[in-house]
Order: sequence, then structure tokens, then C-alpha cells
Amino acid sequence: MLADKDRIFTNVYGYQPWNLKAAQARGDWDDTKAILARGRDAIIEEVKASGLRGRGGAGFPTGLKWSFMPKESKDGRPSFLVINADESEPGSCKDREIIRHDPHKLIEGALVAGFAMGARAAYIYIRGEYIREAEVLFAAVQEAYDAGLIGKNACKSGYDFDVFVHRGAGAYICGEETAMIESIEGKKGQPRLKPPFPAGAGLYGCPTTVNNVESIAVAPTIMRRGAAWFAGFGRENNKGTKLFQISGHVEKPCVVEEAMSIPFSELIEKHCGGIRGGKDNLLAVIPGGSSVPLVPAAEIWDAPMDFDGLRAVGSGLGTAAVIVMDKSTDIVRAISRLSYFYKHESCGQCTPCREGTGWMWRVMERLRTGDADVSEIDMLWDVTKQVEGHTICALGDAAAWPIQGLIRHFRPELERRIAENVREAAE
Amino acid sequence: MADRHLEPDTPELRARWGGFAWTKDNAAKAKEIVARYPAGRQRSAVMPLLDLAQRQVGTETNTQGWLPIPVMEFIARELDMPIIRVVEVASFYTMYNLVPVGRFHVQVCGTTPCMLRGSDDILAACKSRGMAKGHTSDDGLWTLTEVECMGNCASAPMVQINDDNYEDLTAERLDTVLDALAAGKAPKAGTQEPGRHTVEPSGGPTTLKEMVKANHDYRKEW
Repeated sequence: MLADKDRIFTNVYGYQPWNLKAAQARGDWDDTKAILARGRDAIIEEVKASGLRGRGGAGFPTGLKWSFMPKESKDGRPSFLVINADESEPGSCKDREIIRHDPHKLIEGALVAGFAMGARAAYIYIRGEYIREAEVLFAAVQEAYDAGLIGKNACKSGYDFDVFVHRGAGAYICGEETAMIESIEGKKGQPRLKPPFPAGAGLYGCPTTVNNVESIAVAPTIMRRGAAWFAGFGRENNKGTKLFQISGHVEKPCVVEEAMSIPFSELIEKHCGGIRGGKDNLLAVIPGGSSVPLVPAAEIWDAPMDFDGLRAVGSGLGTAAVIVMDKSTDIVRAISRLSYFYKHESCGQCTPCREGTGWMWRVMERLRTGDADVSEIDMLWDVTKQVEGHTICALGDAAAWPIQGLIRHFRPELERRIAENVREAAE
Repeated sequence: MADRHLEPDTPELRARWGGFAWTKDNAAKAKEIVARYPAGRQRSAVMPLLDLAQRQVGTETNTQGWLPIPVMEFIARELDMPIIRVVEVASFYTMYNLVPVGRFHVQVCGTTPCMLRGSDDILAACKSRGMAKGHTSDDGLWTLTEVECMGNCASAPMVQINDDNYEDLTAERLDTVLDALAAGKAPKAGTQEPGRHTVEPSGGPTTLKEMVKANHDYRKEW
């Protein structure tokens, strides 16, 4: 188990105050000037060497992403850092804990990351439903301004850097980076076609990098303790520590920071009091938030919880939002409810997604009750393949994958319900 | 996409809301909000200003607030943008109420992580008190909405009522919260599980135990 001294988010449960004084006593904002004095390239190299991969789901190497930003502005356009705090993926609830209990880690990270990529300001896009969390964030940003840590001559480094908070208003799609940029510009959150990529033309047409809250908030600790420390956790290509969020049918759902690559069984038994009703009662797990396919009990139990380990069992780490389902679960309904979620959250821009998410949900509802024909299972599979990869953003893929996972692993259950429905109708 | 519709634009609506303007406090807030965005990019402020306007309408009507068309027109004038661009934003984002709501907007999360922990019971408890999805109760007290994942999955099931979350609910715990709200009291927000602080494992954290009692500085052990 990860030692407490190696946990980054020491106030994750909020037993202690979030304010600047308490955060500084825990080590935040400790000589940030010295970190910045190491220079932009040195910071990016350190983050690259740490092996940090984006914590928002896609797992893109964070240092590499930062290095895509222009070294200097040739045409006078400023650069922006946008921090994605639009945590809306079903199962995910980690950024909320960072924001309401350790906001200064995020703000300090914004300065370090923003400085490294040459950004003039950071916009933190927090989901609208995080109302109290946004209040804390606004107050923490104000504290940082008042203490001279951000703003003009931030931390007396000679670098000017602003941090603004922008509240969303209830649209899952704004977690997609270009939709988020549209939303900050005051428009509907409909994703943009890429290219141009945000690093070339993002917010207000300026070079922009969009990073997840957790990716940014771990940066100052990586700089203080060194890349080798962070890379000392987890398997090759899956380094570092990670906030896991375990929900559903465990005895004690929780959010906990652990080393990457921790086996599923250890995560559940050490922190969550085990599966409700015991190990043998486990049916399936959605290991990375609603967008990734489910994994049956037998395959997940010993799987290492990291990007490659979960890909090997046909799923993904995503945001490390672990949704556990025991044998009492109506598995078809559980996935159908996710289909409804994607139908509700489709932005309506691309036809395959706008029409497909509703169609898939309606078929899923019929499969739930067995009011369908067996051939429709294959038809549904085909339609998920028609939606996947044929939309501007990944919401179409995200709507398709849970259904594909269900068909792949629970086809006999779908067929059983259909057969039972036919039998009941005959009687 | 979510099903949404605007409140019809009637003479009565114009008579009631046509003269909408910021209160003194909100005028200052609006100015501060617009200043967060670069010059010439004031349109970026449309979301926070719609939120501010909805809250002001809420204060005036003693509800959670909503956005009548004349109020959206006011925002459009404030930000020098076409009214249709404001309506687009207001209708796209589900937290903007396009029709009047009650004093308390009971938003029950029904997405899978909450469903697995018993959100069916929570919705049933709301219905047994006379609430119906998408409707406001006759006394004007409650509007019930089933919402999508609210990001409280490790303390599910939950409801958000106006600005506060109530987590780790059972039907009984929800009743206690609703009774308190109806009586004009302010029930404790957050987890309703006795002894639980936030999202640590129920019964006490398995990690970072020093933090429970004191603001422990782990750097000494690095």
C-alpha cells in the first residue's frame, strides 16, 4: 500500500481547512519561486520524465502536451491554459475533492503549468453543479491573489499570471476540450473539428492547452520531489499515484489515492471493505467511468488498475472511476441507464450521435424487458459500430462502448430475457 | 439531447419581467464578471450572467429562479449580443430553468452509480410526498427533476436541492431533510451517514489518519 507520506492529496477528505494558511502548513506554495526559476524547459522535462499521463481519461503524456505550446508568440497572440474541472463522467468524483479540500494544489499547479507553457492566464472550467465547490475555488483564488502568489509578478518570479474561474451550467459535453473552449467563449458547448488543434488555435483563437484538474494539481509535488519519486510508483508506462473513486456495490465506497497499477482486489479489500456479499458476489466492474466497457468479475479481480492493465481486459482506466456491480444488479438496466445518459448529453451536432444515442437507448430498454428479437442484438452491435468513430468528438464512442461491453460479456443474459418474454407471451 | 422548451412569450410575461434590471449588488457583480474575460470578449460572460439573473429572479419570486424571455433580452443588451445567441445558451445548458420552478428544486441523481446505491427509493420517496418529475407541487414548494450524474458517486445516492447536496441518502434520511426544509430550517448538507465526514470509507479513513486530528505535515517523512 502507498505510504501516507507519498500521497499528494493529504487533505482529500477535508478534515482540515482548505485555506491558504493550512495549505501552506501542508507544504503548498513552498518557495514556488524556486520551481519557476528552474525555467520552462526544465519543468516540462521533469514532468515528461515523471511519466505523468493525463488524468482526465485519455492518458496522454502531460509533459508532451505542454511541449506542443509555442515557445514564443510570433504574432502577439497570448497563450492560455484551460483546466478541465467539468467532472461529469458517471462514477467520477475526484476533482470535486481536490477543489473543495485542496484547492491551493490546483492553483499552484496552474501557475507552474501555465509558466511552463508560457500561458498568460488559466481558466478553470468547473461544472455548474459544483456550486459549493466553486465558492471554495473562487475564495481560494482570491486568497492567492491577495498573497501575491498569482497575478502581477506571481510569487515574485517576475512572471504575470492570472487565474479565472468559469462555471459551467450542466452539460457533460463541455468536458470535451474544444466544447469547453466554445463554452468559455459564451456559446453552446458543441465540439470543434480538429485540426486546428487547441495548441495552435484554441480559446479566442489563441494557443491553448486543456488539462484535467488532477494532472495540474500533482505538478508542484512532482517538481518538489522529483520525477524519479513519481515514476517510482506503478508499472512502466503507467507511472505515479492516482485518485481512485469506488462506487456501487462495495461495503464502503470511497475516494482514495493509491499507486497506479494496484490490483483491483487490493484496492477493494484494503479501502472499501470488500465486495458487498463477498468476492463471489461480484458480477462485473466498470473500471474507468461510464464510457469504458464493463469487465466481468473473473477478469477484473487480479487486473492491475492502470492504462495498460485495463486495456488488456478490453476496457480502460479512464478517470479511474470504479463502478462495482454485484450479482443483485440488473446488468442490462445498469447499462441502459448509461445509454439514457448519453442520449441526454449528446450535443446534437453530429447525426450518428444525436440520432444514434436515442436509438440505442430505446433498443436497450426493449432488451431490458426482453421485448425484442434475437437478431436485434446483432443489429444493435452494428449500430454501435456505425456511431463509433463517426462523430466529431468521442461522445459517440463513449455511448457505443458500454453497449459493446454488455453484448460481448452478457449476450446469454440478453438472449435469456428475450426467450423468457416469448415464453410468457405464448402462455 | 434533453427535452427543453421555453415559457411562452405573452403580454403578461412582458408586463411582469419587461422591466428587469440588476439590483445594485448584482450590477457590481456583473461588472466584476465581465472583467474576467479579455476586452471585446464580453460574450464569454453570458453563462455567469444568466446564472446571476436566474438567482435574482429566484430572490424576487422566492423560488430557485428561472429565465423569462425578457430577462434573456436584458442579458443580450448587457453583452451586446443577439438575443438568439443568449437563448441558445440558456436552452443548451440544463441548469438554466426555462420555466418557473418551486421554492426548492429537488434534483435526484438517477445515473447508474446512484441507481446501484438505491436512487429508485429516493425517487419513490419524492413521489410519495406528491412530487412528480418535471412538475411543481401545488403549494409551490417542490419541483422534482431526475438529473444526470452529479459527481457524488462515492457518497451515493444523492440529491441536490438548490445550492446544496445531500448525500448517502435513504428514503428516511431524505424525508428528514425535506421536512426540515419545509419547516424553514437549514439541514446539514453533505453526507447524511452518521459518523461519516466526506468521502472517506464509512467508519473512518484507511489512509491519512493523522489528518483527522491535526493538519499533519508529511514533508518531514519525505
